[in-house]
Amino acid sequence: MTINEIQDELISDFELFDEQLDKTQYIIDLGKKLPPIDEKYKTDEYLIHGCQSKVWLAAEFRDGRLYFLGDGEPTAQIAKGLISILIKILSGQKPEDIANADLYIMERVGMGALVTSRRSGGLAAMIQKMKGFGTVYSQLEV
Amino acid sequence: MSHSLDIQAIRNDFPILNELVNGKPLVYFDNAATTQKPRLVLDALSGYYEHYNANIHRGIHFLAEKATSAFEQSRHRLQAFLNAAHAEEIIFTYGTTDGINLVASSYGRTFLKAGDEIIISTMEHHSNIVPWQMLCEEKGCVLKVIPINDEGEILMDEYEKLLTERTKFVSVVHVSNSLGTINPVKEIIAKAHAVGAKVLLDGAQASSHLTIDVQDLDCDFYSLSLHKIYGPTGMGILYGKRDLLNAMPPYRGGGEMIKEVTFEKTTYNELPYKFEAGTPNIADVVAAKFALDYVDTLGKPNIAAYENELLKYATEAVSEIPGLKIIGRAKEKVSVLSFVIDGIHHQDIGVLLDQQGIAVRTGHHCTQPLMNRFNITGTSRASFAVYNTTEEIDKLIVGLHKVQKMLG
Repeated sequence: MTINEIQDELISDFELFDEQLDKTQYIIDLGKKLPPIDEKYKTDEYLIHGCQSKVWLAAEFRDGRLYFLGDGEPTAQIAKGLISILIKILSGQKPEDIANADLYIMERVGMGALVTSRRSGGLAAMIQKMKGFGTVYSQLEV
Repeated sequence: MSHSLDIQAIRNDFPILNELVNGKPLVYFDNAATTQKPRLVLDALSGYYEHYNANIHRGIHFLAEKATSAFEQSRHRLQAFLNAAHAEEIIFTYGTTDGINLVASSYGRTFLKAGDEIIISTMEHHSNIVPWQMLCEEKGCVLKVIPINDEGEILMDEYEKLLTERTKFVSVVHVSNSLGTINPVKEIIAKAHAVGAKVLLDGAQASSHLTIDVQDLDCDFYSLSLHKIYGPTGMGILYGKRDLLNAMPPYRGGGEMIKEVTFEKTTYNELPYKFEAGTPNIADVVAAKFALDYVDTLGKPNIAAYENELLKYATEAVSEIPGLKIIGRAKEKVSVLSFVIDGIHHQDIGVLLDQQGIAVRTGHHCTQPLMNRFNITGTSRASFAVYNTTEEIDKLIVGLHKVQKMLG
C-alpha cells in the first residue's frame, strides 16, 4: 500500500469516533500495541530531540525500503501512539516517498496543532526525523 | 469572602473568555505564562493606531506630541506602580528577560571582574541563569546557587553561608514561576547589601500578584513584563536606582540614546533614553498604562485575596486525585499549582486537558535546574488569575479524572 492509502485507511478508522477525546483514546490504544524495541535502541543516539517525552526511533534500510523501529517512555502514551501511527504509515516505504510524504492524517485526527507547536508537541520532531532518514537514504540510492 | 470583586463582571471585561476550545468553553489556567487582556487594553492598542500613531520624541507635529505624551505618561504610571523615586529610573524593555540581560551586560561587564561571585537561587527561570553564566564565562566570575528545601523555599541559612566579601551581585526571582513560592526578598536584599552586593529581582511573576515597592524593598534593579499583568506582550520595564543607571554604560547603540554623534565620538543621552535605543514599542507601552489602571480599579489586595481563595480551593480539590503530588508547597505562595501524577507524563495531561477546553502549561517551565532538584522532567501547572472561578477548578478536577481513566 502507498503512504496515502495507509493514511486513508487509518483515517476511516478514526472517523468512527465523533469526539476528539475518543480519537485520542484510539491513538493511545494504538500506542499500547506498539511492539517493544530492543533496549539497545533506547539510547541518546536514537532519541528524538524536541519531544517533551522520550521517544526513540531507529531505521533499517533493506531492498530499497526503510523500516522503522520506535518506542516511547512508558508514561508518554500519546507520544507512543503517535510514533506508532507514523511507523504504520511510513515503515516499508521507499526513502523518497517518505521524504516527500504529506502526513495529512495528523490534522484529520486532531493532532495538527502538535505538528505546528514544535516546542510542546514533539510530533513535528518525529516527522522531521523520519523524513530526514528518507532524504538521506534517497540520496544514497542515487 | 475576603474580597469585594464581582467576578462575573470582571470576566465580561475579557472578550477571549468567550472563546470555545475544542467545542468547550475555554478554561484558561496558563496565567503564569501570560494573562489575558481586558477590553480596556485592547481598545487602548487600537485607539493608539487609529488616532495618534507617530514616532515619539523630537516630532514637531501634533500626532508625535500626543504619542510622546502618552508614552511618557506610561513611564510615570509605572513609576507609581513600583513606587520608584524617579521616573527616569523606569527603562522600557522588551520584557523581563531583556531587563536582566541589560543589567548583566551593562552593569556586569563594567563593574564585575574575575573572581567576583554572583548568587542566584535553585528556582530561577533560565532567563535569570543564562545571562549570568554568559557574564561568568566572559569575565571569569563565579556563579553560586542558593539551595531550596523540599517545599520549594529558599534556605536562608545556606544563602548566608554563600555571602562573602567576594559576593558582588545577587539576582533572585521574587516569585517562582514553577512553584509559586514568594521569596523573602527584603531579607535577601538586606543581607546582600550588608556585604556590599547589588541585587536584582526577577519580578515577572510577582508583579501581577503582589504590591511592589522598590524603595521599601531597597532593591537595586527590578525587571518585569507587562503581559503578565493583563498588559500587552513585547514590553516590560527595568527599574534601576538612578545612581547605578547613571554609572552604567549604554546597552545598545542607535537612535534615541545619543546626545550627539560624530564619526570621531558620540556622547550619550541622559536617563532613561540612554538605555532606549531605537524606536520603542510605543503602542504597547501606551496600552500598558491602561492595564495598570485596570488592576488598580480592582485593587491589588482584592485580586490577591481572591487568587489565594482559588489556590486554596484548588489545592484541596486536587488532593482527591490519586497519585497527584503538588510540587511547591511553600508557606508563602501565589496562585500557581504545579503538580505531577504517578505514571502519567505531563505532556499527556496537557494534551488531554486541552481537548477538554482547559489550558494548562506542561514541561520544565524554563526552570530545568529546579526540575532536576525535584528529580522530575516537568510538571503540569495550573495558574490562576482574577477572572478564574471555582467552577473552572471543578472542571479541572473532572478533567484530571478523565485523563486518569483514559491512560489507566
